[in-house]
Amino acid sequence: MATVATCGSGAGSPGSMVAAGSKNNVTSFQRRGPKASGSDSSYSRLVSIPGTRPSVRNGQLLVSTGLPALDQLLGGGLAVGTVLLIEEDKYNIYSSLLFKYFLAEGIINGHTLLVASAKEDPADILQELPAPLLDDNGKKDFDEDMRNIKTSDSNIKMKIAWRYQLLPQMEAGPVSSSRFGHYYDASKKMPQELIEASKWHGFFSPEKSSSTLNIEPCSLTHGYIKLLQFIQNIIYEEGFDGSNPQRKQENILRIGIQNLGSPLWGDDVCCTENCDDSHSLTKFLYVLRGLLRTSLSACIITMPTHLIQNKAIIARVTNLSDTVVGLESFIGSDRETNPLYKDYHGLIHIRQIPRLNNLIYDVSNVKDLAFKLKRKLFTIEMSKLRDLGRLVHLPLLPSRDSTYGGHSDDARLLTRYLFFLKGKYTFCIFNIVVVYFY
Amino acid sequence: MFPELNNLLNTTPDRAEQGKLTLLCDDNTDGSFLVHHFLSFYLKANCKVCFVALIQSFSHYNIVGQKLGVSLTAARECGQLVFLEGLKSSVDVFFRAQAEPHPLQFLREANTENLQPLYEFVREALKPMDDGETAWRCPVLLVDDLSVLLSLGAGAVAVLDFIHYCRATVCWERKGNIVALVHDSGDTEDEENNILLNGLSHQSHLILRAEGLATGFCKDVHGQLRILWRTPSQPTAQWDRSLTYQYKIQDKSVSFFAKGMSPAVL
Repeated sequence: MATVATCGSGAGSPGSMVAAGSKNNVTSFQRRGPKASGSDSSYSRLVSIPGTRPSVRNGQLLVSTGLPALDQLLGGGLAVGTVLLIEEDKYNIYSSLLFKYFLAEGIINGHTLLVASAKEDPADILQELPAPLLDDNGKKDFDEDMRNIKTSDSNIKMKIAWRYQLLPQMEAGPVSSSRFGHYYDASKKMPQELIEASKWHGFFSPEKSSSTLNIEPCSLTHGYIKLLQFIQNIIYEEGFDGSNPQRKQENILRIGIQNLGSPLWGDDVCCTENCDDSHSLTKFLYVLRGLLRTSLSACIITMPTHLIQNKAIIARVTNLSDTVVGLESFIGSDRETNPLYKDYHGLIHIRQIPRLNNLIYDVSNVKDLAFKLKRKLFTIEMSKLRDLGRLVHLPLLPSRDSTYGGHSDDARLLTRYLFFLKGKYTFCIFNIVVVYFY
Repeated sequence: MFPELNNLLNTTPDRAEQGKLTLLCDDNTDGSFLVHHFLSFYLKANCKVCFVALIQSFSHYNIVGQKLGVSLTAARECGQLVFLEGLKSSVDVFFRAQAEPHPLQFLREANTENLQPLYEFVREALKPMDDGETAWRCPVLLVDDLSVLLSLGAGAVAVLDFIHYCRATVCWERKGNIVALVHDSGDTEDEENNILLNGLSHQSHLILRAEGLATGFCKDVHGQLRILWRTPSQPTAQWDRSLTYQYKIQDKSVSFFAKGMSPAVL
């Protein structure tokens, strides 16, 4: 696959990508049922699910998050059976965009979707999904741009900062035969026929209030109990966990839960510091993860953690999730006018990556990442030396507070360099740019 | 089992100590490699292990265990390992009312008074074999991790009571060991977690604390491990011995070195 061959993460070697097919690791989350026997046969059957690929490091089955740059930062993609928790930015602009990219990726790959929200009707959410950048109209322009970049790169042989040339390039634009990870144009909507052809289930919390519950009420909030039952029902009925003898499912269920923890779900964890159901959210996450581990599904949850008053709950929620990504947008903060950040819309923090079936995990060495949403195709490349000269005069950031840079070990980097966006295209793509700070 | 860690702790599987409570805690990093170490260590030491795995699935521990040289499936089949898979059982408990008390029954309750069903499960799993022949050396209880119990509704006092009961049965009565992992929340004010951590620290004989580096992320040094030997039963007439090492986790082992002596730096 072209995407696999060209992208090289900092931790792994490019050569290991090629060997992915020959590894005979068993995928970790075995399905119950007769198919679980015979590791090789189930492995090959699971790999043939569209939109998935095995991880290079541990053979774990991965799905794309809808954003190839985020996939790369997470070590290839989101593992099936795990939870991706997005800590929302302050006005829920970019996190809802990531949510929609995840769902759009599911529609393109033919996965089943389960959309749960307490704020919007899932049908409305699906109408607003971004349109995919399919390759016919993009390929011609992309080739032209790649040619330009290649000629410009080959002309510049760095003499002084020669170490920069050794750093890996990140994957740039839409590739023709990519089965994993697509690019989306946020200014256009997903074509109606694609949405109608897809299989999706919606859970809108206000509408389900009259459903009968056949479990005793425990300390979980009403909305969470209904949602868990709904998810468990879908997983069982559609056969994603292999336990239903009538349904044999060879597809992935993509679950998206929006604004979990907000008062619209009936939970007051965002309202007060000493809430009544302080364990409601954490119990929900635990049981949800139990459901995911035993089925072929992946889940994205956006949570307004900036509203949670009790910081201990945020720590517990982080420990109970697998992958945690935090978004911090610059809107309304003083960083909006900071010249260093003028090209970017916010920072993205990778707070936690799970170590699944392994002692170690793929972690990129880059800890300070900024994102940008623009109508341009992004290519990540080294800045030219003249730009470096300009950067040195930019004022340093006033303080290293914990929201940024607290965990970055930049003391070892002797110079700072910046990856720029370059491009001439009218595609509107969500970009993640790697930014190193001194 | 990491041979270097065995050297630091001055133990081998052949002469494992008995009647000890080991506390693992991690602060700002992931201390699960210590859990994998102790799991494979006690399985190799021919002990009967009851593993309460609340945070990951069985196949995760199995695959890592295979890298460390033990097979959890074989151990489970021959009875050496009793495995409680929290994630899978929680789904069963939550959605279907159980006839007999289930160890994770407290998930269904609004206010968890105590963790007695869980204690009964542990006691049942580690009871000595009736036919008299002791095939296994000593019983071991391994819990990964106790902070999850706090998230699931048990109070800090309930968890401390649970560990106290387990210590009375496993450590004192049956001369076994307990190893438990607790996350240290660091600067977040998780009072219940602090109560649990402090309470357990005073009861334990060995504390292994994995901390992230104070300066932030580093590719070559993944963290720092503090080892503290304690004697909780005797008054502190002698100094508790403490050592600090830095470590780097590799694919199948962990290498330890003195502070500042990372091979990448030298």
